[in-house]
Amino acid sequence: MALNWFKKLKTGLSKSASKVESAIASITGKKTIDQETLDEIEDQLILADLGVEVAGRITKKIKDQKFELNKNKEIEKIQIAKTLAEEIEQILLPLEQNLYEKVNTKPHVLLLAGVNGSGKTTTAAKIAEKFRLEKKSVVLAASDTFRAAAVEQLKTWGKRVGAQVVSGDEGGDSAAVAFRAFELAKKEDIDIVIIDTAGRLQNKKDLMEELTKTCRVVSKLDQEAPHQKVVVLDGTVGQNAHSQLKSFDESIGLTGMIITKLDGSAKGGVVVSLAEKYKIPIHAVGIGEGLDDLQIFEASSFSKALAGLD
Amino acid sequence: MFENLTDKLGNVFKGLTKKGALSESDVEKALKEVRTALLEADVALSVVREFIDKVKVRAVGEEVLRSVTPGQQVVKIVNDVLIEVLGSTESELLIDHAPPAVILLVGLQGSGKTTTAGKLAFHLKSKKRKKVMLASLDIYRPAAREQLRILGEQAEVLVLPEINGESPEKITKRAMAASKVQAIDVLILDTAGRTTLDTAMMSEAREVFKLSKPSETLLVADAMTGQDAVQTAKAFSELIEISGVVLTRSDGDARGGAALSMRSVTGCPIKFVGVSEKLDGLEQFYPERAAGRILDMGDVVSLVEKAAETIAEEDAAQMMKRMSQGSFDMNDMLKQIGQLKKMGGLGGIMSMLPGIGKLQKQMAANNFNDKAISKQEAIIYSMTKKERVNVSLLNASRRKRIASGSGTAVSDVNRLVKQQQDMARMMKKMGKMGGLGGFKNMMSSLGGGSPDPVSVDSQNSVMDANKMAELQKMMGGNMPNLGNMANRFGSQGLPGLGGKPSRKRR
Repeated sequence: MALNWFKKLKTGLSKSASKVESAIASITGKKTIDQETLDEIEDQLILADLGVEVAGRITKKIKDQKFELNKNKEIEKIQIAKTLAEEIEQILLPLEQNLYEKVNTKPHVLLLAGVNGSGKTTTAAKIAEKFRLEKKSVVLAASDTFRAAAVEQLKTWGKRVGAQVVSGDEGGDSAAVAFRAFELAKKEDIDIVIIDTAGRLQNKKDLMEELTKTCRVVSKLDQEAPHQKVVVLDGTVGQNAHSQLKSFDESIGLTGMIITKLDGSAKGGVVVSLAEKYKIPIHAVGIGEGLDDLQIFEASSFSKALAGLD
Repeated sequence: MFENLTDKLGNVFKGLTKKGALSESDVEKALKEVRTALLEADVALSVVREFIDKVKVRAVGEEVLRSVTPGQQVVKIVNDVLIEVLGSTESELLIDHAPPAVILLVGLQGSGKTTTAGKLAFHLKSKKRKKVMLASLDIYRPAAREQLRILGEQAEVLVLPEINGESPEKITKRAMAASKVQAIDVLILDTAGRTTLDTAMMSEAREVFKLSKPSETLLVADAMTGQDAVQTAKAFSELIEISGVVLTRSDGDARGGAALSMRSVTGCPIKFVGVSEKLDGLEQFYPERAAGRILDMGDVVSLVEKAAETIAEEDAAQMMKRMSQGSFDMNDMLKQIGQLKKMGGLGGIMSMLPGIGKLQKQMAANNFNDKAISKQEAIIYSMTKKERVNVSLLNASRRKRIASGSGTAVSDVNRLVKQQQDMARMMKKMGKMGGLGGFKNMMSSLGGGSPDPVSVDSQNSVMDANKMAELQKMMGGNMPNLGNMANRFGSQGLPGLGGKPSRKRR
C-alpha cells in the first residue's frame, strides 16, 4: 500500500519534483554551491508553493551544509536532493498522524470543514468507504444545505459506499442535520458519523459562526463530539492556506487536516510552511477520484517526492 | 481580496513616500519587499520577476529621483505597471454573432465552474437580455448535472434535460441542436473538472471544443490558487485555446495574486470575478479599478455604478427634494438603510472606498457592522407612523416602549434619534450645496481628503469613536446623493470619476 501510494503521489508530484530536480541538476559539474544555484533552488521551492520564508530557510540550510565531493571533485546532485528531502521531512514528521487511529468511541463523530470546492464531499465518501472495508457502519450527515445538489451528491456517494445519509431541506439548518445524524447513530448503534459541512470562505464571519454552532449543537449529545474536526485543503491552494487553517482552527479547534487533489500538477508544497506554523496533524492526502484514493499521509514519502527522489 | 496585498505594499510605500529624495538603493530595497509581498500573495514567480524589472527600469530613471515627491512617483509607476499586468482595458464577452454563441467553461476540479455557469446565465439573461441555455457535460461528478439544473431553475433559464449514459460529445451535439431549434442566443457548456495529468479528459475537452466552436472559452480559476496551479492555467491555455478567465472566490481573503498572474500567464483577459455564493455574485473585471484597489486607492466608480443600479431615479430625485427642504425623517432614514443593504451592506460598500482597508478592520473591531444597521432598522420599525414623521413626539416613555419593542436599550434609541437629527441638519446643508459637493465632502471626511494612501492610513489609525459615528452618518446620509450623481452623469460617462479614482477625488 505504502509503495503504491508513493508511486501515485510521485506521479502527481512529478511536475513540481521535476522543477526541484532541475534546479538541483543545474549544479552538476560545480564544486561549490554558488549563489546563483542557491537562488535557483529557492525560486523552485517558491514555485512549489512552500512560501518565501520557508524556501529561504531551507535554502540557507543547504548553503550551510558541507557536501562531499566525488572523484571528479563535484557535488553529486543526489546529495542535495537528499538534504532537501531531509529538511522537509524534519518539518513534516511530527505532524504525521493516521486519520483512523483516533477512532475509539462509538459513535465516533468526524466533521469535515473547508472552503468551497476543496473536496469535502468526495473526501467524506472516501473515508466512509475505508470504514466500510473495516466492517464499520457509517452515517453521512449532509450538512451542506446551501449549495445546489450538494445533498444529491452525497446521497449518490452514500449509495456507492453503503452508508445512510441524513439530510434536511435545502436552505435548512445545517447544525440540525448533524445533530439528527448523531442521534440516529446513537439509536441504531452506528459506528461512525461523518458530517459533511457546506463550503465556506474563511473570512465570512456568519458562515464561520454557523460552523461553530454545528459543533456546539453536536456536543450536546456528547461533550467530546465532534471527536475529530478536520479541515479539507485543496492541494492547489497557495499561501491562502495559512489564512484558511488559522480561521477554521479559531472557529472550531481543528484536530487535523487532509490535503486533496494531489494527483494533479499540484503538490501541496504549502503544507510544509503550514506544518511549521501551526502544529495541526496531517492525516491523509487525496490522490484521485476513486473511492480508494485517499491515502494516509507519510512525511518521508511526501518529502522525497517533493525533492524528486526515488 | 486585495486587502492583504494592499497592507503589505502600503508599508513598503510608507517608507518611500516619507523620504524627500530617493537613492537607487532605497528603490532597490523597496522593490525587494514588493517582491516578497507579491510572492506571498501567490503572484506567479515569472510574473513577479517581470513586474519588478519593469518597475525598476522606470523607477531608477532620473525623472523619479529628481522629482519633488519621488515616493509618490514610485507608487504611480507601480500602479501603472499593475494596470499593464492586469490588462489595460476591460473586455466584454464576445457573444453577439450568429446564435447560438457557445460559452465553454473549463477548469480544475472545484474551481467553481458549475456555480459560474449559473451566474453567467443569470447575468446574460438579466443584464444582456439574452435567451440562454445551460448544458452540463460533467458526467463524472455525482449530482453535477443536478446542480446545474437547480441553478438553471433559479436563474430561470433553459437547461438541457439529462439523458443517462450519454458521452460529453453526444451531449454537446444535442445541446447545439436544441439551441438552434429553440432560438437560443447563448449556450453555456459546463465541463467536468480536470487535472492536467489527465490526458483522456483533456482530449475530451478538445473534442467538445471542436464540436461546439465556442465564441468564448473561459478558464474558471480559483482566486486562492497557488504558484503551481498557475502553471496549470498555462497548460490549459496551451492545450485549449481559451479566450478569457473567470476568477472565482474573489470575495475571500486571498491576496489576489492569481489575478495578477492569470493575465500574463495565459495571455487572456480576466473577464469576470465571482464575488459571492449567490446567483448575482458575478462582476465584470476592471483592471484599472483592481489596480486601484491593490494600492488602496479604492473603487469609487464601481460604487457609483452600484448605487445607480440600486437606487431608482425617482426615489433619488424625491429624496433630493426633501433633503434640500431639510425634511429628513425616520422614513427617509429607513429607506436609506434599505438601500444600503441592497448595495451589499456596509462591507460591500466599504470595500470599494479608497483608503479604507485599515478602517474596515477597526469597524469590525468596534462591532460597527451590518448588524448595527439592522438594529437601527428594528428601532425605526418599532415606532408608530406618527413618530417616524415627527421625532419630537418621542418622550421618555415612548422611547422606552420602542426600545423594548425592538429589543434594544433606550440609549440605542437615543443615539438613533440624535443621528437622525444630525443627518437632517447635514442633509439640508448638502442639499443646498448640490450633489457633487456633498459627495466630495463625504469623500474627504472618509479618506482624510488625501490621495496618498499612506497618509490616509495614518489618519485611519487614530480614528476614534466620534469619527466612527460621523462616518456612520456619512454612509447612511449620502446614498441618495450618490444615486443622484450617478444618474446625473450616467450618460456622459461620469466625468471626474473615470480613471484613477484617487486623483479625481478632490
